[in-house]
Amino acid sequence: MVEINREDILDLLCRRLASFANTEQEITPETNLITQLAIDSIKLLNLIMELEDHFDISIPLNALTDVVTVYDLANLIYRIKSDSK
Amino acid sequence: MNLLEKLDAAAAARKAQLPTGLSAFGIPIEEIYSPTEAKIGERRILLLGTNNYLGLSFAPECREAAHEAIDKEGTGTTGSRMANGNYSGHRALEMEFAEFYQCRSCIVFTTGYQANLGTISGLIGAGDVALIDGDSHASIYDGCILSGADIIRFRHNDMADLEKRLRRLGERSKNTLIIIEGIYSMLGDQAPLAEIVNLKNAYGSTLLLDEAHSLGVLGETGQGLAEKTKLSSEVDFITGTFSKSLCGIGGYCVSNHPQLDQLRYVSHPYIFTASPSPATIAATRVALRLLRNGSKLREQLWKNAQQLYSHLKMVGYQVGPEPGPVVATILDNPQQALALWNGLLENNIYVNLILPPAAPEGKSLVRCSVNAAHTAEQIEYVCQTFSKLYPSII
Ligand SMILES: Cc1ncc(COP(=O)(O)O)c(C=O)c1O
Repeated sequence: MVEINREDILDLLCRRLASFANTEQEITPETNLITQLAIDSIKLLNLIMELEDHFDISIPLNALTDVVTVYDLANLIYRIKSDSK
Repeated sequence: MNLLEKLDAAAAARKAQLPTGLSAFGIPIEEIYSPTEAKIGERRILLLGTNNYLGLSFAPECREAAHEAIDKEGTGTTGSRMANGNYSGHRALEMEFAEFYQCRSCIVFTTGYQANLGTISGLIGAGDVALIDGDSHASIYDGCILSGADIIRFRHNDMADLEKRLRRLGERSKNTLIIIEGIYSMLGDQAPLAEIVNLKNAYGSTLLLDEAHSLGVLGETGQGLAEKTKLSSEVDFITGTFSKSLCGIGGYCVSNHPQLDQLRYVSHPYIFTASPSPATIAATRVALRLLRNGSKLREQLWKNAQQLYSHLKMVGYQVGPEPGPVVATILDNPQQALALWNGLLENNIYVNLILPPAAPEGKSLVRCSVNAAHTAEQIEYVCQTFSKLYPSII
């Protein structure tokens, strides 16, 4: 299996989240998913499903309560992915 | 933002979504005439948005039993089943449900919502996993949250997705409660129970099936999807409600596992709430008898459901994946859904309006529920009205 690191996940997330941002907005690890991007609860759940498929993991809904920034989400994915090996 | 400002912001967002549509929610019913008609505003309205599937809400036998119970036992129990609220009627109803399902035990809860909260939070806890269908009812989500278990959703009725998630769990699949519904209340479709049972057996998980909308509707004697598919013995726990086909209020869980009884001692939604009133219990006991012997009612219900479903499909409306008593028309946006809802009400028909995020996948729903008491003329009138409105909506 290919080794995965936090930076790769962050990179992928920033690119993927660009579709939720307006044109001049740059997405950084500190970007707040809810207040700075136009992601409502349904879009977030769909995005999570897509990421789950991509990384072949399941992200528990309750784990999302601590996720505020892009970095938090990347970190969560990294943790679950590492635990599942 | 302080607490009240947060509510103001939520209210503003709601108004912005649908400036003229707020009256669609919590519509005042002035008088209720029968299982199919009520007075709304100044008009007599055809009810096509209730959960009264067998049309038993005015059954004389149930009303008589309720009257008698009030006279003999009073209006309320004023206490929990674990204290002063454990009357002979509650125990008898539990025995009757257990016998109906040919199960070892049954627990009666005060509402169907609490049946899910109490059962789920009693069965799983921190470290365990709830693997739930993405279209699950709020009571299932809330039960999972109360439990403290990890909550994982699988795509609605998608067996490949369920299997993938079971595989990813590894050994944890043995501490996993899979939760599904017999008939899903949004689109009216049924769970593929045989495949789910195979998966739960292969991965050593436990299965809970909520028959809220399928009780009285599916199966020879109306037990629900498990009976229809002859898989009752494969389902670990079945929950359901009195508030739909039984026309009462309350809920239950039945199981062959002797451990079910332990829930009485640990389940807060069972312990820390008053037991159902004597009238409710008495009426529900009679309604359960009518439901078991209600094959004629089920026949009529399905005839009505088929008629409406095929008509809407034929006219061109997008409908749910299979016919059933819940007939949902799926609209792309809330404005369309509200226009259809208003059009139906102007023609004296009440249905349910469901907007995002309550409706699946960002769609909006105009949801009809038919029942066994709807006459052929009523269903025909509804079909005509949907046809008439189509050009102005779609
Ligand atoms: C699938 C499902 N489960 C449980 C419930 C809760 O039942 P009750 O209304 O009796 O609390 C409902 C009711 O809306 C439901 O649709």
